[in-house]
Amino acid sequence: MAAVTFVSHDGEKHEAPLEEGLTLMQVAVDNGVPGIDGDCGGEAACGTCHVVVDAQWADTVGGSGPVEEEMLSMNPERQPTSRLSCQMNVSDGWDGLTVHLPEFQM
Amino acid sequence: MTRGTALVVGASHAGAQVVAGLRQQGWSGRVVLIGDEAVLPYHRPPLSKAYLSGKSAIGELAIRKPDFYAKQEIELRDARVESIERAERRLVMADGRSLSYDKLALCTGGQARRLPVPGADLPGVHYLRTFADVEQIRESAQPGKRAVIVGGGYIGLETAASLLALGLDVTVLEAAERVLMRVTAPEVSAFYERIHREAGVTIRTGALVEAMTGEDRVREVQLAGGERLRADLVVIGVGIEPNTELAAAAGLVVDDGVVIDDNARTSDTDIVAAGDCTSHWMTHYGRRIRLESVPSAGEQAKAAAATMCGKEKTIAALPWFWSDQYDLKLQIAGLSAGYDEILLSGDPTRDRDFTCFYLREQKLIAADCVNRPRDFMRSKQKITEGLEVDRAELVQIAAD
Ligand SMILES: Cc1cc2nc3c(=O)[nH]c(=O)nc-3n(C[C@H](O)[C@H](O)[C@H](O)COP(=O)(O)OP(=O)(O)OC[C@H]3O[C@@H](n4cnc5c(N)ncnc54)[C@H](O)[C@@H]3O)c2cc1C
Ligand code: FES
Repeated sequence: MAAVTFVSHDGEKHEAPLEEGLTLMQVAVDNGVPGIDGDCGGEAACGTCHVVVDAQWADTVGGSGPVEEEMLSMNPERQPTSRLSCQMNVSDGWDGLTVHLPEFQM
Repeated sequence: MTRGTALVVGASHAGAQVVAGLRQQGWSGRVVLIGDEAVLPYHRPPLSKAYLSGKSAIGELAIRKPDFYAKQEIELRDARVESIERAERRLVMADGRSLSYDKLALCTGGQARRLPVPGADLPGVHYLRTFADVEQIRESAQPGKRAVIVGGGYIGLETAASLLALGLDVTVLEAAERVLMRVTAPEVSAFYERIHREAGVTIRTGALVEAMTGEDRVREVQLAGGERLRADLVVIGVGIEPNTELAAAAGLVVDDGVVIDDNARTSDTDIVAAGDCTSHWMTHYGRRIRLESVPSAGEQAKAAAATMCGKEKTIAALPWFWSDQYDLKLQIAGLSAGYDEILLSGDPTRDRDFTCFYLREQKLIAADCVNRPRDFMRSKQKITEGLEVDRAELVQIAAD
């Protein structure tokens, strides 16, 4: 089965099975990945599902939408490939995807 | 200690986060999540928003999907807890069975405050707290029917927008002189009154409900002064009461909510509490506060889980909240109570996006941001920094 790896700030890895139809935030929450809260349930309202997409995957998963961008733009841990994982709809083609978690979700 | 039995009472936002946190923090013993709603923990906020208006489906409500609990070896119990026997470290369920614990988390949340008027128990009169409540409302909410909403708080206003979207004729009755009086500045209240009126909702402030009348179901709402409003359906949203009876009966310290310290510990070192049922001394605000929000339930739950595992995590995150009405996404950072000045960016009498910044002694303490996610994120940081604000900068960056 296709899988994604979440790498925590201190390098710890959590692998989770990818399921099309879910968002990446939901995948993390369903698998108990620490560091992704998803407080607002996926409305791009809280910013607690921030991930930094591994550079080589950035094109495949695509960039952020307008509201997402505004939420990210003020985040001190923002990177060029930052996304809100609740706005990322999982695709089967993402097998092997790696995303990094910031030190703090805000 | 992480090998014993951890029991969690209340299977909602706080409870679901406590059990996940226990596993994340290394609790290897038994974990049991006990709830009396007969459904897995679900997101409550959509009940008055996307779910009520039919924009999202039930499957999207679950906080975590069913196999999470199986995979994490979390036992789920559909039961109501009747009492805590602290001396024996034991819970007794409604069916008389009992369960022993080494550590216990109380996540019992709150229930809708009842409106003490005659007729409030008639069929067709609803409260909005649980999934079961919304299923009933959705049954009564047929297009063309008249809905009267009692209470102009966030839940009442969201319900108004959702029922309007379903094609009902909607009236909101608020007893105070303006909607959202308890939580926002007059400018923000006026904004929401304008938006709802423009959408076609009738908003009546200073309206005191005296009774509901009808034979087999509600037909009319009677106001102080004698006026009668026709109603096919009534939704009451006048706040919540924290579920503290269990804790109080067990002799834990309760003052409005179950009193907890910065580590979510109650007055019994083996018992933690999290979520809407708690009252927490917040150093930042210099008072004890009972917050009613998902982010706060999550934050307290994480501290609670750590404490149960013998680790240290303090409740620190800034309170925040959100509300969706029509195309408007309100994000609120901080708590505005006690402000001595407001600053507006944008014009709430005309625009559909603006921010109301709340200051106290020159410092930013809160911000209501309507369709302004950038201001929201920025305000969170500024409030946390706690520095005196530069007014021009606050409003100017907001505008770019
Ligand atoms: C319509 C609506 C809209 C909302 N919108 C927002 C929003 O936009 N943003 C936001 O941040 N918050 C919102 N909230 C508030 C948010 O839902 C609550 O803050 C949150 O649900 C608190 O979670 P909790 O786990 O502490 O308590 P609750 O969600 O109240 O859950 C407590 C659970 O414990 C169970 N229980 C209680 N006693 C017992 C017992 N003795 N035995 C077994 N089970 C028991 C209850 O049945 C319940 O299932 C909204 C609430 C409602 C009702
Ligand atoms: S879950 Fe809230 S922004 Fe993604």
